[in-house]
Amino acid sequence: MIRLENLTKVFDTPKGAVVAADHINMEVPSGEICILLGPSGCGKTTTLKMINRIIRPTSGKVFIDNQDTTSLDTQTLRRNIGYVIQQIGLFPNMTIEENITIVPRLLGWNAKKYKERARELMHMIALEPDAFLKRYPSELSGGQQQRIGVARALAADPPVMLMDEPFGAIDPINRAVIQDEFIKMQKELKKTIMFVSHDIDEAIKMGDRIAIFRDGHLVQYATPDELLAAPQDNFVESFLGEDRALKRLNLIKVQDVINSEVETVTQQDSMETALSRIDRSGYQHAIIMVNEQRQPTGIIPRSVAQVSKGRCHDHAQQVPAIVNINDDLRKAVSLMLANDITWLPCVDDNNQLCGHITQRAMTHHLGARFRAQSGNTAPTAPLTEE
Amino acid sequence: MPIQSMNGMLRVLLLIAAFSLGVWGHASGVIDEFLFYLPDVQFLAVEHLWLTAISGALAIIVAIPLGIVLSRPSMARWAESAMQVLNIGTTIPTLAVLALSMSLLGIGIVPAVFGLFVATLLPITRNTYTGLKGVSPALKEAAAGIGMSPAQRLMRVELPNALYVIFAGIRTALAINIGTVPLAFLIGAGGLGELIFTGIDLYDPVMMLAGAIPTAILAILVDALIALIAFVIVPRGVNPARKARA
Ligand SMILES: Nc1ncnc2c1ncn2[C@@H]1O[C@H](COP(=O)(O)OP(=O)(O)OP(=O)(O)O)[C@@H](O)[C@H]1O
Ligand SMILES: [Mg+2]
Repeated sequence: MIRLENLTKVFDTPKGAVVAADHINMEVPSGEICILLGPSGCGKTTTLKMINRIIRPTSGKVFIDNQDTTSLDTQTLRRNIGYVIQQIGLFPNMTIEENITIVPRLLGWNAKKYKERARELMHMIALEPDAFLKRYPSELSGGQQQRIGVARALAADPPVMLMDEPFGAIDPINRAVIQDEFIKMQKELKKTIMFVSHDIDEAIKMGDRIAIFRDGHLVQYATPDELLAAPQDNFVESFLGEDRALKRLNLIKVQDVINSEVETVTQQDSMETALSRIDRSGYQHAIIMVNEQRQPTGIIPRSVAQVSKGRCHDHAQQVPAIVNINDDLRKAVSLMLANDITWLPCVDDNNQLCGHITQRAMTHHLGARFRAQSGNTAPTAPLTEE
Repeated sequence: MPIQSMNGMLRVLLLIAAFSLGVWGHASGVIDEFLFYLPDVQFLAVEHLWLTAISGALAIIVAIPLGIVLSRPSMARWAESAMQVLNIGTTIPTLAVLALSMSLLGIGIVPAVFGLFVATLLPITRNTYTGLKGVSPALKEAAAGIGMSPAQRLMRVELPNALYVIFAGIRTALAINIGTVPLAFLIGAGGLGELIFTGIDLYDPVMMLAGAIPTAILAILVDALIALIAFVIVPRGVNPARKARA
């Protein structure tokens, strides 16, 4: 856990005092990633660097796991905090192996142990140890160097990590890959991380919480979903962008919006049964057909059921698209748009039908948050099926 | 391709020149005259090298710590003015330095070593200082952020990254040093200057060359030696001479 109490930094410059951070109060619970987000020069880096005392706070305190860090000596404090700097800062005089084992070596690990650790870290950041460990930083691409920077910070397994735009120097495609790797890593490592970014999409993707800064002030500190649903003021709103409602699609899982009461037919049912179930449930377009394992194998459109006789098996059409309950709404929407449909069957990891999701339910779910914020209790439309 | 053929031509020309020089030297008896000075050259060259070695070693021992101290952030206020003083010091002709040193310490080896030491000190201090100042702030911050103590930062990050520049300073300084040692003869310290200046006094060009040519050769050899040491010691990642082989 990291807690900042009234943390303030005033720089004395020839042109007068610059307040880079003004009474910052916030707390990052253990095992969570907190993103410091805001426009250039708003004090993100300054706030971060006060935690490991690269910048001395003018006033205020930093607590790590409820311990006031002013009681720790600087070296001890820093060795327990992994630090990834904005400019990468690999040591050009050292090989990759020497770079990523520097902290273990400072801590006096024996050679066998830190060499093993180096290989482990290389696997973690998806770089081939034999190909890279003996190289020098100048012989790596910018993206590879940034990964090494992250590995170096992780080397001695510090509980807390400070990362200043660690993926800034990477092209968008590789950045997405590294972000995914990092999220996967974090699921196992459970570090407490302060992470500076000025990319709102990165913040939403990586952050458990987001702190929005403006001119040295912490304007809003909330979960990504809260932030997108209820920006505090116009500044936050414009910073999040016009399409902030769309960004929320990334945050909501299909299972949050699923309607699990779904009527089905089996392959042996007759078309009359299908039609009567369609009518009874009020489905306008079609009903899903499942096999013995309750896996969707086709659909019976209403129009077909009205005119055909016989078993469903003989008249079923292909399922246009299926979504997994663990997918996010962005994927669901994308599938609907691509197939020109307004509902999707949802399955679990065993491909068994769990329910269905409709466009109406999604807009309702998203809208509920916005309505709750705006205060007036608009009529909550009953969840009717398409 | 043109450069290569130029090189080839040059080599042939040089060979021809060396060969004709040999023929001429043999015919005119110059080579025999040179050989006459060989024992002197050997003795004086050793003396010459000792002067360089002692004054150079002292200069390195003093200049590097001095450069380090000046480059520390706590010294920032005085460092620039100190470097200015050193820079002005560099512009004083070495002969004048030797003369001053003689007027302070008299005649002999001690004032010579002192004068050489002063002349050698400046380039090394300057390069140590600028080399350390030139280490990127990001590296220093990364080193500090990792939890290195100031001494560890210096030894593991700053010095290795400044080493190439420091060695460049040592090379320049020793080249100046070897070239200045002949002047030390003037204040009574020996060395190959003895042949050069006596040769000039006696209008004996062969004697003068018997001092000058070995001086030049020593300068080249010492320079090559320092380059070799730098090649081996400066880490591959920050050694431009070794980048290509990476
Ligand atoms: N050493 C310093 N001396 C004086 N002012 C400084 C110093 N460091 C930062 N500042 C000022 O403090 C403010 C905050 O800087 P900071 O580096 O924290 O911004 P940032 O949010 O990290 O921006 P960026 O996204 O560009 O990295 C800026 O106005 C900057 O000019
Ligand atoms: Mg910054």
